[in-house]
Amino acid sequence: MPPRRVVVVSAGVSDPSSTQMLADRLTQRSLETMRAMTCTASARTVRLAPLAVEIAQATVSGLVGETLRTTIEEVGRADAIIVCTPVYKAGISGLFKSFVDLLDNDLLIAKPALLAATAGSSRHALVIDQQMRPLFGYMRALTLPTSVFAAPEDWGAAALSDRIARAATELAVTVHAGIEHGVAERAWSGYQHQFAGNAARAEQTAADIDFDSPLMRLAAGGQPTPAADDAHRVDDD
Amino acid sequence: MQFGIFSVSDVTRDPVTGRTPSEAERIRAVVQNARRADEVGLDVFAIGEHHNPPFFSSSPTTLLAHIAALTKRIILSTAVTLITTNDPVKIAEDYAMLQHLSGGRMDLMLGRGNTVPVYPWFGKDIRKGLELALENYNLLHRLWREDVVDWEGESRSALQGFTAIPRPLDDVPPFVWHGAIRTPEIAEQAAYYGNGYFANNILAPNLHFKPLVNLYRERFAHYGHGTPEQAIVGLGGQAFIAQRSQDAVERFRPYFEGSPIYGRSYRLEDIMHGTPMSVGSPQEVIEKTLTFQEGFGDYQRQLWVVDAMGLPPEMALEQIELLGTEVVPVLRKEMASRRAAGVPDAPTHSSLVAAKYGDAPPRQPTPNDNRGDNLTGGSPYQDSDPELEAEYPVAD
Repeated sequence: MPPRRVVVVSAGVSDPSSTQMLADRLTQRSLETMRAMTCTASARTVRLAPLAVEIAQATVSGLVGETLRTTIEEVGRADAIIVCTPVYKAGISGLFKSFVDLLDNDLLIAKPALLAATAGSSRHALVIDQQMRPLFGYMRALTLPTSVFAAPEDWGAAALSDRIARAATELAVTVHAGIEHGVAERAWSGYQHQFAGNAARAEQTAADIDFDSPLMRLAAGGQPTPAADDAHRVDDD
Repeated sequence: MQFGIFSVSDVTRDPVTGRTPSEAERIRAVVQNARRADEVGLDVFAIGEHHNPPFFSSSPTTLLAHIAALTKRIILSTAVTLITTNDPVKIAEDYAMLQHLSGGRMDLMLGRGNTVPVYPWFGKDIRKGLELALENYNLLHRLWREDVVDWEGESRSALQGFTAIPRPLDDVPPFVWHGAIRTPEIAEQAAYYGNGYFANNILAPNLHFKPLVNLYRERFAHYGHGTPEQAIVGLGGQAFIAQRSQDAVERFRPYFEGSPIYGRSYRLEDIMHGTPMSVGSPQEVIEKTLTFQEGFGDYQRQLWVVDAMGLPPEMALEQIELLGTEVVPVLRKEMASRRAAGVPDAPTHSSLVAAKYGDAPPRQPTPNDNRGDNLTGGSPYQDSDPELEAEYPVAD
């Protein structure tokens, strides 16, 4: 099995940051679990705070800076992502959401995604399920069954480690199963894509394009769908 | 190689004086820009199409016909004509009329438009924007090439026995460019028909549009119109020129920083470095433009925006002057010397006439007599193929 790559996106801004600490623990445990399954894996952590200016610029003008572009490409090539955001004002961090807003719609298709968040109060525990799951659902990421939320009291509870272990196992098993590659192999053309985008399988040249799609047929002076009459004729035969 | 200017027809506050020109002032200024571009020897003037403030150009053919009457040799074009919300029948009629009035000194660039409310205002669905663009052009293409068209599709009511009038000048359709910034289907359509492909080349990093340009080139060859290098490519850009480099940056900076698009989010130097925007001395603008040729391959048309961001009219005129006298003459020589053998120029009316007729006189469509209802009987033109008789649905 080729070495697997995990990219960790952390939206924590302080130093030290509890969001970063949670991301680190999830990363460490995930790598250990994968290695235990004889799957070579490495991880790279991206902190969004130093990218804040580039993210804001890209949001208002569409111009993506060099560091941000490299980061997005790495996320696209990752075999799994671990995303971890602080909760602000009862919601995910605006910086985190702004980053996700900049990703091509096909960047995360069927990519295993471990969702995690930290908050100043356990009363924000549902932010992951109410905000992160719909967001990554829209992106068609493969969100793992267990998400990990940490309020201040969780840092003193063994249950947090249990949840981290569970999530890490889910991540390792999902990556090991090669689900993302399997889905992309068999169904990639069924999703909407961005030409020359950042997705690992994005169409970059004519060789990658399906010229038999309805719109491509229309572009070449033809009809968008095969004539209904022809279809019937085949059935009659 | 053609060089020229294009304007989106924005009416923008001058961030230095704080004053916003009226629509009337801006329309007069744009006409002046076009006249000056003609006088200083630029090849192309193109105007956008919009249907909401703060823009004025809702009626490009009216503006361009007026400019045609005031100019001698400049080619008039659009950037872009909306192929989604306009009726392709009306585009066929309006632009054929412009072609006659300008003596063939025109072409047009088609695009989808990205102002969401324009679609519902014109009774269209933006979710169908790409289908509309593709199907509408397929129809437009036929309307300019067939005297009588029967057509049925999704984007407009069906046509039976329809003749778009006037027929194109010399029965040679205007050359069409397709503008796209992200859509491979548009590049494919341009390639299929052997039309031009234009990348606006602004508000994006250097060479951002290269994959689309390459796709178009490859498919142009696939459809047998020539080699990929012979495909007809146009590029945009934005320029601000002064004799001395530091003067250009200093004079342009307040307009850049006052712009609602760039505002204070970007440093001018970063945009100058990272995008096709050219700010500097004539020599610097020449060198930057040569990087386009190097990056995208030999191309046929270079247009610059010179009147955006609330630049005062006299400053825009000065830019046109500098382009025409200092930048373009050098670029013409430099690009020609670097150009590979066999790369054609952009088609013009005279080149298209020559390609169609050689030395023979062009067809001059002349209608048959008014037959009262004009809907029954044979072909509409004296020399139309007599076999070509409209078929009408029979009411039972």
